[in-house]
Amino acid sequence: MSNMTRNRLLDGAFRAVGLLATMLGLLLLAVFLLDILRTGLGRLNWQFLSALPSRFPERAGIYTALLGTVWIMVLTALIAVPVGLAAGVYLEEYGRKSRWSALLEINITNLAGVPSVIYGLLGLNIFVRFLRMGSSVLAASCTLALLILPILIVATREAIRAVPKTLREASFALGATRWQTIWYQVLPASMGGILTGIILALSRAVGETAPLLVLGVLAYVPFAPKSPLDEFSALPVQIFNWISRPQQAFSFNAAAAIIVLLLITFGLNGLAIFLRNRWRRHLP
Amino acid sequence: MKQRERLIEALLALSAGISVLTTGGIIVMLAVEAAHFFRQVPLGTFLTDTQWTPLFADKHFGILPLVAGTLLTTGVAIAVALPLGLIIAIYLNEYATVGFRNVIKPLLEVLAAVPTVVYGFFALTVVTPFLQRLIPSMAGFNALSAGSVMGIMILPLVSSLSEDALTAVPRALREASYALGATRLQTAMRVVVPAASSGITVSVILAISRAVGETMIVAIAAGQEPRLTANPLVPVETITTYIVQVSSGDVAYGTLEYDTIFAAGITLFILTLVLNNVGYWFRQKFREQYE
Amino acid sequence: MPELEVKHVNVYYGTNHVLQDISMTIEAHTVTALIGPSGCGKSTFLRLFNRMNDFISDFRYEGSILIQGQDIYAPQQAVEELRKRVGMVFQRPNPFPKSIYDNVTYGLVLQGVRSKAVLDEVVEKSLRQAALWEEVKNDLRKSALALSGGQQQRLCIARVLAVEPHILLMDEPASALDPISTAKIEELIYDLKQQYTILIVTHNMQQAGRVSDKTAFFNYGHLIEYDDTGRLFTQPSHEQTQNYITGRFG
Ligand SMILES: Nc1ncnc2c1ncn2[C@@H]1O[C@H](COP(=O)(O)OP(=O)(O)OP(=O)(O)O)[C@@H](O)[C@H]1O
Ligand SMILES: [Mg+2]
Repeated sequence: MSNMTRNRLLDGAFRAVGLLATMLGLLLLAVFLLDILRTGLGRLNWQFLSALPSRFPERAGIYTALLGTVWIMVLTALIAVPVGLAAGVYLEEYGRKSRWSALLEINITNLAGVPSVIYGLLGLNIFVRFLRMGSSVLAASCTLALLILPILIVATREAIRAVPKTLREASFALGATRWQTIWYQVLPASMGGILTGIILALSRAVGETAPLLVLGVLAYVPFAPKSPLDEFSALPVQIFNWISRPQQAFSFNAAAAIIVLLLITFGLNGLAIFLRNRWRRHLP
Repeated sequence: MKQRERLIEALLALSAGISVLTTGGIIVMLAVEAAHFFRQVPLGTFLTDTQWTPLFADKHFGILPLVAGTLLTTGVAIAVALPLGLIIAIYLNEYATVGFRNVIKPLLEVLAAVPTVVYGFFALTVVTPFLQRLIPSMAGFNALSAGSVMGIMILPLVSSLSEDALTAVPRALREASYALGATRLQTAMRVVVPAASSGITVSVILAISRAVGETMIVAIAAGQEPRLTANPLVPVETITTYIVQVSSGDVAYGTLEYDTIFAAGITLFILTLVLNNVGYWFRQKFREQYE
Repeated sequence: MPELEVKHVNVYYGTNHVLQDISMTIEAHTVTALIGPSGCGKSTFLRLFNRMNDFISDFRYEGSILIQGQDIYAPQQAVEELRKRVGMVFQRPNPFPKSIYDNVTYGLVLQGVRSKAVLDEVVEKSLRQAALWEEVKNDLRKSALALSGGQQQRLCIARVLAVEPHILLMDEPASALDPISTAKIEELIYDLKQQYTILIVTHNMQQAGRVSDKTAFFNYGHLIEYDDTGRLFTQPSHEQTQNYITGRFG
C-alpha cells in the first residue's frame, strides 16, 4: 500500500514539474520581452526611426538599417520565391521516384541543416568577390535567398501534397496538360500553405545576422540604398554593433532596435498563422 | 504545346538543380579555400595543436580550442534543452488536456521565431548578470550563459520532435500499462519513452547540430578567446564566432590569416553534415518501426 | 455479497448516450459473456470496471458500480489499486517491446517488487497458468515481439495473472487469433474460473456458449437480456435476442 502511495505522489509531483517546465520557457520569454521593453521603449521615438547612424548614442537612429532590412526582404523574396516554388513543384509533381529526385531529397534535407555562417562564406566567395557585387543589397539578398530556399521548397511541397488527388484527375480528364493542371488547379488550391511558408521563410531571413556579418555588411552606412548594388546596413547588424559597444547608452539603442525587429518578425509570424488558419477553413 | 510543356519542365528542373548547385558550391568553395590553408599548415598540426592564435605574432593553428568552445556551449545548451524539452513533451503528451496543448504549442514555437541576435542581447544583459549574482567568480563572457540561452532557443525543436516520437507510440501499449495499475509517470517512463527512444535520439542529434552551427548568441555572450577548456565560467570562442570575428574584421583577403576562416568553416561543415545525416538515417529507421 | 453489482448505470460520450440504465449482479467465480452487435456498448461496459474509460475526455457516467460492496467510482478510490484487482486482456495482443520476462514482471515491478527470487517464481507460475511456460521457458529473455500472435495473447494473460487480480476483463481476446490458439484461450478461461471472476466480450456465439455460465445481451446501449447461458441460447425471452443469436441481424 505504501508503495502505491509513493507512486501516486511521484506522479503528482511530475505533473507539477511538467507544468512548471512548460511554463518556464514561456516565463523566460515574458521576462525577456518585458526587459527589452523596459530598456528600449524610452528610446523608441520618431527621431530614433528617422535618424542616421552616429557615434553619439543619443543622436543615432535606425533609418538606414531599417530601409536596408526592407530592401533585403523584398529582394530576397523576389529571388527566392520563384525558384523555391518552381523547385517544390518540380519535386512534387514531376521528379517522382527517380534516382535524381532521391538525390535532391537528401540534398535539401542537408541544406536545411547547414549553419548560416557557412552560407555567409559561400556568399562572400561567390557573390561579393567572384561576381564582384561587393557587400551590396544584391549580394546579401542572393545569399539569404539560398539560405531560405530549403524552407520554401519544403513548404511548397507540403502545401501541394495536401491538394486532393481528385482535383488533378478532374483536370486531366478535361484534357488539361500537366502544367495547365498545376497552374490552374494545384497552385491556387495550395496557395494558403505556400504563402504561409513564404512568410515564415522571410521572417527567418529578416532576423539573420551572421551571414550578413560574414559578407562584410557594416553598421555605419550613412545613406539608404538606392539600387540593389548599393552598400547598406540592416537592423540585426546594427543591433549587433550596438550590443558590442561598451557604453550603456548604446544598449538602450540596441533594445529599441530589437523592439522594431521583433515587431517585424512577430508580425510576419502572426500573419503566417492567421493565413494558415484562414486557408485551412477553406479547404474541402 | 508539347514543346511548351517540355520547356516548363526544364525550367522547373533547373530551379530544383539550384539546390544541388548550392551544396556543390559550398563543398567546392570550402575545399578550394581550405586547400590554400592546408598547403601552409599541415593537417596534423591543425588537428592536434592546442592553441589557436592565427592573429598573434606567435601563430598557432590548432582547431581544438575552437572545437572545445563549440562543444562546451553546445553541451550546456543540450543540458538545458534535453531534460526540459523531454519533460515538456511528456507532460503535453501524457498529462495535459488537448485544449491546453493547442494553446501552449504555438506559444512555445514563438521561442524559435526570435532572431538569435536578440537572444544574444538577452544572454549578455539579463542572464549573465543574474548568474553572476549566483556565481561571483564567473566572467562577463562565458559559455554558461550563452549555452543556457541557446538551450532555450532550441527547446521547441527538442520538445516538438520528441513529442512526435511519443505520439507515434501505439495507444495499445499505454492501455496495457494502465490496465496493470501503472500511474501516468510509470507508463511514460517504463513504456512510452523507451518505445520512443530512437525518435528522441533524433531530436537530440538535430538539436546538437543546430547548437553547433549557432552563431550570434555565442558571438555576443561567450567571448572571443579561443581556449582549450571545459570550464563554462570563462570566456571561450566557438568556430562560428571565429568566422564572424575574422570576416567582419580587417584581416586582408588572401592571407594565411584570412584562409583560417575556411579551415574553420570546413570543420564546422563536416561536423554538422555528419550530425544531420546520422539524424536523418535514424529518423528513417524510426519511421519504419511503426509502419 | 455478490462480487460485482451494477446499479442504474448510464454512460455518455459527449451527447452520445451509449449505455442506458444498466443494472446487473455478477457472482464470484463465474464467467459472464457479453454479446451484442457492433457498437452496442460492450467494450464501454467492460471498461467501466477498471475505469479505462476515464481516459476519454468527454466520457460521463451516472449510477454506481460496486465491487465486493465498494463503489469503485468513489472519490477516495485509487484507480491504480482498482486496476491491480481488476485485470484486463485486450482484443489485440499488446505486449510491451521488452523481453518475455519483463512483460510478465511489469505489474509487480510497478509495485516495487525487486527480489529476483520472487519475480522468477511469479514468472513461472503465471506462464504455467497461461499455458505458455513449456513453449518459452528456455528463452525468457527473448523479445516478446518475436512470439506468434496466439503466444503473445497468452503472454498478455500471464502478465495480468502475475498481479493476482480477482476479476478478469477480456475484450474479444481471441478475435485476432487462429482456431488452435482460440481453443487454447478457451481452455484457459475454463481453468481460470476456479480463481477468478471473468467477464468476456465475444462476437462468437459458440464461444459464449462454451465458456460462460451467464450471458448478457446488449443492443443499442440497453441490456436486453441477462440469464444463464444455456437458457438464453435455447429459450430467449426476447425476440431481439432470438434474432441476434440465430444470426438474423447484427
Ligand atoms: N472514445 C470514444 N469516444 C466517443 N465515442 C465512442 C468512443 N468509443 C466508443 N464510442 C461510441 O460508443 C458506442 C459504443 O462503443 P463500444 O466500443 O463500447 O461498442 P462495442 O459494443 O464494443 O462494439 P464492437 O463490437 O465493434 O467492439 C459506439 O457508438 C461508439 O461509436
Ligand atoms: Mg468493442
